[in-house]
Amino acid sequence: MNLALSDEQVFLREAARGALSRFKTIEAAREALDGNAPLPDLWPTACEAGWPGLLIDESAGGAGLDAFDAMLVLGECGRVLAGVALLGHLPATAILNDSPGAAKDQLEELATGERRAAYLPTSPPDDLAKEWTLDPAHGLRRPPALSAVNEGGDTQTRVNGALSFVPDAPGADLLVGVALLDGQPTGVAIDASASGVSIEAVQGYDATRSLGHITLKDVPATVLDASTESLAGAWHLAQALIAAESLGSVETALDVSVAYAKERHTFGRAIGSYQAVKHSLTEVLRQLENGRSLLYYAGWSRTGKPDEFPLAASAARSVAGRALDQAARTMISVHGGIGATWEHDAPLYFRRAQLSRRLLGGTAGATDRVAGELIAQASAA
Amino acid sequence: MDLDDTPEQAAYRAQVRTWLAEHKSQAPVLTGPEALKDEDEIVTARRAWQGKLAEAGLAGVTWPKEYGGQGLGPIEQLICNQEIAQAKVPSILDAIGVGMLGPTLIAHGADEQKARYLGPMLHGDEVWCQLFSEPAAGSDLAAVQARARLQDDGSWRLSGQKVWTTNAQFASYGLLLARTDSDVPKHKGMTMFIVPMDGAGVTVRGLRQISGEAEFNEVFFDDVALDSDAVVGGVGNGWGTALTTLMFERVTIGLGGEGLGYNATRFAKAIADDEDARRDPEIRHQLGEIVSELLAVRFTGYRTLTALQKGQIPGPEAGLAKVTIVNGAIKAGDLITDVVGPDALAQDSEWAYMISFLPGLKSAGGTEEILRNTIGERVLGLPPEPRLDKGIPFSELRSKEGAAV
Repeated sequence: MNLALSDEQVFLREAARGALSRFKTIEAAREALDGNAPLPDLWPTACEAGWPGLLIDESAGGAGLDAFDAMLVLGECGRVLAGVALLGHLPATAILNDSPGAAKDQLEELATGERRAAYLPTSPPDDLAKEWTLDPAHGLRRPPALSAVNEGGDTQTRVNGALSFVPDAPGADLLVGVALLDGQPTGVAIDASASGVSIEAVQGYDATRSLGHITLKDVPATVLDASTESLAGAWHLAQALIAAESLGSVETALDVSVAYAKERHTFGRAIGSYQAVKHSLTEVLRQLENGRSLLYYAGWSRTGKPDEFPLAASAARSVAGRALDQAARTMISVHGGIGATWEHDAPLYFRRAQLSRRLLGGTAGATDRVAGELIAQASAA
Repeated sequence: MDLDDTPEQAAYRAQVRTWLAEHKSQAPVLTGPEALKDEDEIVTARRAWQGKLAEAGLAGVTWPKEYGGQGLGPIEQLICNQEIAQAKVPSILDAIGVGMLGPTLIAHGADEQKARYLGPMLHGDEVWCQLFSEPAAGSDLAAVQARARLQDDGSWRLSGQKVWTTNAQFASYGLLLARTDSDVPKHKGMTMFIVPMDGAGVTVRGLRQISGEAEFNEVFFDDVALDSDAVVGGVGNGWGTALTTLMFERVTIGLGGEGLGYNATRFAKAIADDEDARRDPEIRHQLGEIVSELLAVRFTGYRTLTALQKGQIPGPEAGLAKVTIVNGAIKAGDLITDVVGPDALAQDSEWAYMISFLPGLKSAGGTEEILRNTIGERVLGLPPEPRLDKGIPFSELRSKEGAAV
């Protein structure tokens, strides 16, 4: 047993931290909310670092690494609220990498980042529901997955449907997800420039998060020979990635809050010496440590114990989503009034927390899946 | 990162598993219709079983070979714990002695003490108890008042009271933290002693708790005679010796945190058994939140092990795992009782016992509040609470306490 980072993983993380530090991402997040300036384009930096190909096999031009390595990079993005489009790109490449029939040159272009993909989030069935579902545009009811019609051949189909709040959809070249073909969940790849594709960018509560509403009308799509497990795995991978990204944001929120609690004095004492402040910061640390442990679980199980990956990734998402909410609220309250002002960074982490919790099935959806997975296990035993 | 056994670990696991399969029938039965009922019989049987485990090298795995251990690492200890749990046989009776007090003796004891006590401890021939906490010294352990007075002939006389003492009712020896000098600041005036539990003046009394059971004891010492060679680690060095024990306590928790039975699978089963509860969104949500954190603690334990294997010493942050386990189990007990109804509170219900035991466990090994203080200060580096007991002789503290507020 060894739950430590390898030298290569430490290097990957440090390199990501270094690369992102060249940009003023946090200032840019505030500017973008004001509509004053566009966000810096971080994709060239990602390409330089090789992040687009993290989960693509080396034989297809990628780095051939695993989910945990990708989670390390996402954690660094989360630390500085950097929007790097990996949350959309990486699960899409995971599906394509699992599709033996996928065109190799397509994978190569995605690995270098010459072309960018976006995953069309589709939640697999759980212990209660048999349906594959999409995130709703509004409200609680989850619409069914995209539908595909049989074109007679094995490799091409036409897809119809609409998706809401798809991470990193604006500007993507390729859309990869799940459609129901003859009722069967089937992997599909769609050229974003094909006729019938409409992607509407959504100006979000958190400007660093690129989201899009997608409408697909009779759009030609390539059928992928990815397994059902792989299609479900992409959903769980997205859960693990957003969990890692959220915990990165928790790290910064905690560091900044602790530093302030040491320097700010009231009634003649540093506020961090008061139990009320100390205990609330310790609570953030507790949730952060729990989340970190679950990232290891998710990272290990994806290949080491695939049966447990849905449980592990959902648990990581559940804990990380709550941790970021707690960290952002604590960051504001430890700073007092100034923590709630536009000039401070705390509102940016708060906005990140509130939006992230509602994306990709929501933190609550992941929490429900944790219960469902364990209930199913218990019933089977 | 890898959770699988190396080939060497897999071979060790197979060896442990084979031994357990061959000797399982000799293990005492503690649950089910065949279970032993009489406490004396249980203790006798468990001591004998510990002896067998020790002879087979399945107890004291991390102890050095010269003291009867295997000289192996924490991973091998964990493998042993896992296989013993898997085989559904009892673990060693004296986990406190072998896990915490023995290692303290190995670190601080005199050669004669190690030669005399470690062997019988490891084999269950002499069970040990930990005599640290007192009615007025729990989270603030350095406030102990049990007093050992040096006699002219070099021997000691001990008087005072200890509390929350597991296994005291059948222990042969206890490791006791006593005050030996009240005229120096409190952390400096303590000494660690080996105390024979059958000595004249030692009284053990069961301490019943909410459940009605007596899981712990209080122990009274009335002018108990101790030989000069009862001192462990030198006179006045008791605090440093105690910190070693507490460090091994964290290791023990890291290796077997789930041994308390507060785990995700057990709680999910209780909800899964109810057709309505398992479909109820609110109950699923609560269950999901609770078990996610309990799953996390399992992997926190593996992280602690990884650190141990690299020769790092687990820090106070391991205490956060305890906070998570206890609070998670409290919430789970509450949820399950909501689902089951008053039957969950019936005398013979596992849940009644659990929810009765947990409020006390919240304060075990330091209250949650003191743990959060320690972690905030040692891990996050936050400034300490202002203290009124620094640099003041212990004997003067009581009068200052009253004046300060």
